[in-house]
Amino acid sequence: MATRAKASRKLTLSVNGVSRAVEVEADTPLLWALRDDLKLTGTKYGCGVAQCGACTVHLDGQPVRSCVTPVSAVGGRRVTTIEGISGKVAEAVQSAWRRLDVVQCGYCQSGQMMTAIALLAEIPKPTDADIDAAMTGNICRCATYVRIRAAIHDASKTFGA
Amino acid sequence: MEKPDLPPLTSPFVLTRRRLLQAGAASGLGLVIGFHLPGATRSPAKKGDKAAAFAPNAFLRIAPDNTVTIIAKHFEMGQGTYTGLATILAEELDADWSQMRAESAPADATRYNNLLFGQAQGTGGSTAMANSWDQHREAGATARAMLVAAAANDWEVEAGEIAVRKGVVSHAGTNRRATFGELASKAAALPAPKEVKLKDPKDFQLVGKRVPRLDSASKTDGSAVFTMDFSLPGMLTAVIARPPRFGGKVKSFDASAALRVRGVAEVVQVPSGVAVLARDFWAARKGREALKIEWDESGAEKRGTEELFAEYRKLAERPGTIARRDGDAAAAIGGAAKIFEAVYEFPYLAHAPMEPLDCVVKLGAGECDLWSGCQFPTIDHAVAAKTLGLPQEKVRIHTLFAGGSFGRRATPTGDVTGEAASIAKAIRGRHPVKLVWTREDDIRGGQYRPLYVHKLRAGLDSSGRIVGWEQRIVGQSIAQGSPFEAMMVKDGVDGTSVEGASNLPYAIPNLTVDLHTPKVGVPILWWRSVGSTHTGFSTETFLDELAHAARRDPLQMRRDLLKNHPRHLGVLNLAAEKAGWGKPLPKGRARGIAVHESFNSFVAQVAEVSLGGNGFPKVERVVCAVDCGVAINPDVIRAQMEGGIGYGLGAALFSEITLVEGRVQQSNFDDYRGLRIEEMPAVEVHIVPSEEKPSGVGEPGVPLIGPAVANALFHLTGKRVRRLPFSRMTA
Repeated sequence: MATRAKASRKLTLSVNGVSRAVEVEADTPLLWALRDDLKLTGTKYGCGVAQCGACTVHLDGQPVRSCVTPVSAVGGRRVTTIEGISGKVAEAVQSAWRRLDVVQCGYCQSGQMMTAIALLAEIPKPTDADIDAAMTGNICRCATYVRIRAAIHDASKTFGA
Repeated sequence: MEKPDLPPLTSPFVLTRRRLLQAGAASGLGLVIGFHLPGATRSPAKKGDKAAAFAPNAFLRIAPDNTVTIIAKHFEMGQGTYTGLATILAEELDADWSQMRAESAPADATRYNNLLFGQAQGTGGSTAMANSWDQHREAGATARAMLVAAAANDWEVEAGEIAVRKGVVSHAGTNRRATFGELASKAAALPAPKEVKLKDPKDFQLVGKRVPRLDSASKTDGSAVFTMDFSLPGMLTAVIARPPRFGGKVKSFDASAALRVRGVAEVVQVPSGVAVLARDFWAARKGREALKIEWDESGAEKRGTEELFAEYRKLAERPGTIARRDGDAAAAIGGAAKIFEAVYEFPYLAHAPMEPLDCVVKLGAGECDLWSGCQFPTIDHAVAAKTLGLPQEKVRIHTLFAGGSFGRRATPTGDVTGEAASIAKAIRGRHPVKLVWTREDDIRGGQYRPLYVHKLRAGLDSSGRIVGWEQRIVGQSIAQGSPFEAMMVKDGVDGTSVEGASNLPYAIPNLTVDLHTPKVGVPILWWRSVGSTHTGFSTETFLDELAHAARRDPLQMRRDLLKNHPRHLGVLNLAAEKAGWGKPLPKGRARGIAVHESFNSFVAQVAEVSLGGNGFPKVERVVCAVDCGVAINPDVIRAQMEGGIGYGLGAALFSEITLVEGRVQQSNFDDYRGLRIEEMPAVEVHIVPSEEKPSGVGEPGVPLIGPAVANALFHLTGKRVRRLPFSRMTA
């Protein structure tokens, strides 16, 4: 079978505070531009249809499913991935995740944390119902949900202090 | 997929207590033990390591920088194995937890075989701790003795006067101290001791305490490398178009449109379908959509699940192959005062680990490197070598973190490895290849927990005692046709089909378990807790039904029937006590209880359930008691019980794979439903203190949540659940 190399298009993205050029088709989801082009592999592929949340990143601080966000739709918005999280909310979430040993296989946890950071940025003292509403789109097949809930409450206690 | 050439393997999933003890004996029991670690071949040197690194045996390496790296022969899929193995080694080594690291072992069954699998290297059957307890204690104690000997030589003092604490070797009399790293090169020059003394458990510093997981940091900053994340220069991503029905084959295909997709590099036929290779995943997927394939479905399975259930129900009316017979159950039931009968139906289930299946292969001139979350490296090794026509020593396996497995990465056929190797071979190694299964490929790809029908009958005498119990199981054999068949199928009975039923612990004088093993063209596989996924449900709900019929408390009835089973009783009583069994609950809530042993671990669960607005159960709280022998990492044990409950609950409530005319109806997480956070109950885990040898916790948390919830639901609705998932009730 013949091998054919074909050129793609260049786009510029602002990722984790740095301007990055990617060479992909315009309909390529942001997820694959991050993973395959920029080698930012902390953002995961789990379903490809916005059902599991493993691909969650922030666009201008808002959580989005990068698997269904075409790279051409990102424009000049700031993309933040797990590799680029910073600030007191993010640090509180990361340290709570570690203190409680939330992870098992760990594959979904970047997405869980990105959603949790966005939740706490908006609602610093979430109730269980707030957590359910924010986190329902993030599947964990290891079912670490007990600890995800506990870690969000735990983080909420620390970052405001 | 061709079967790999393998020696007969020991059953990985049907472990008897006897076999565990034999394995224990083989690796040395008692405090003073013979030295027979695979020490002749020392652990692999790491690139960049100075020659001074100390590798006293195959399981650890101490570097001059004072890190202690365990070489893990069991892979890490989330179950906490790296942390567990490191805890055992660090305990006997008297290392400081902060200096512990882990890396995966290469595929080498001579050094890294699972003692419970015979001559095969692999993880499964919740065996990692059971296998490694004695072996890794010896490994740690040996290294410690050599470090002490090196210090004694150096300082010219008696070894017996040297203390080791938290990674520091010291001699009080001369006020000398050294770190492991400082002693590493000197220790490496010494012979290993013939025998070592293991610690008295009362002196344990790490075992039984909480230690942080070794993989928490890298899994919370995006740096942990799963196969999906691994890449090589020039690598292409491959996806495979597979037949729409199991057993279909490629008749012909037209790749011209696929090759016009920007980024697509190659299209090749492989045994399982047609592979599209591209510069990235997105292009490969688009290329696959553009393929035109004509399938030969003459040999494909065309039955649907409703036809299979109907066939299985008919089979369940006829006697099958006997798996256990005590007394004469048919006669006892025939003469009973009251007779009960129930038929249970269990669907096919996909494992659906978060990381879709994947494998990276780099084929060079006469050699190959392979990266994957290898659960059975011995099988992956054999399959890759055979597919590529290479001797095994020319195939190097690099095991990475697996983003879950639940059994899916432990295929006896090495299916994903074989596909990746086939692609690499088809392109003659021109590029490294990463094979990726999409989520749809995973849900539709078979290797399911088999579909089963159980028929149970029992008789009660006039005083409410169970006088006879018959259980008939109908379902495909997991082991048949696999390299595990010789060990796992005995007298026509696949142990994985009947485990949990054929070893029912209850004191019932007349008991029969028999089995039908129909052949179906749907590929099947072990799924987290294997036979207990279905036998735990049918036995524990049916027993509950009998208790209610006899007007007995379900807890008290179980206690009476388990008098000779202290470990069952121990977890049952602990769970009941902590759950407040018998105490009043808020209106609209009810409790259900269940107890079960799997993989030599004993678990009891009490579920507190209410009804949602739609009449569907809402599980509010679960109290779980577990006896897994010595609790090496109590927090990992708790995590595995929590996760097992969530995994089992999602499956019991929502999950099923259905086929219509041989085609799988589900495709992704929207229609193959697992548990979401708002459905997760509060979970309390209580660990029974034990000095028994450790057994596993990855699987035993799973089987009981379904029956515990079903038993609670009966109190609320008066209805018994006979077909899973529960969502069938409202369908």
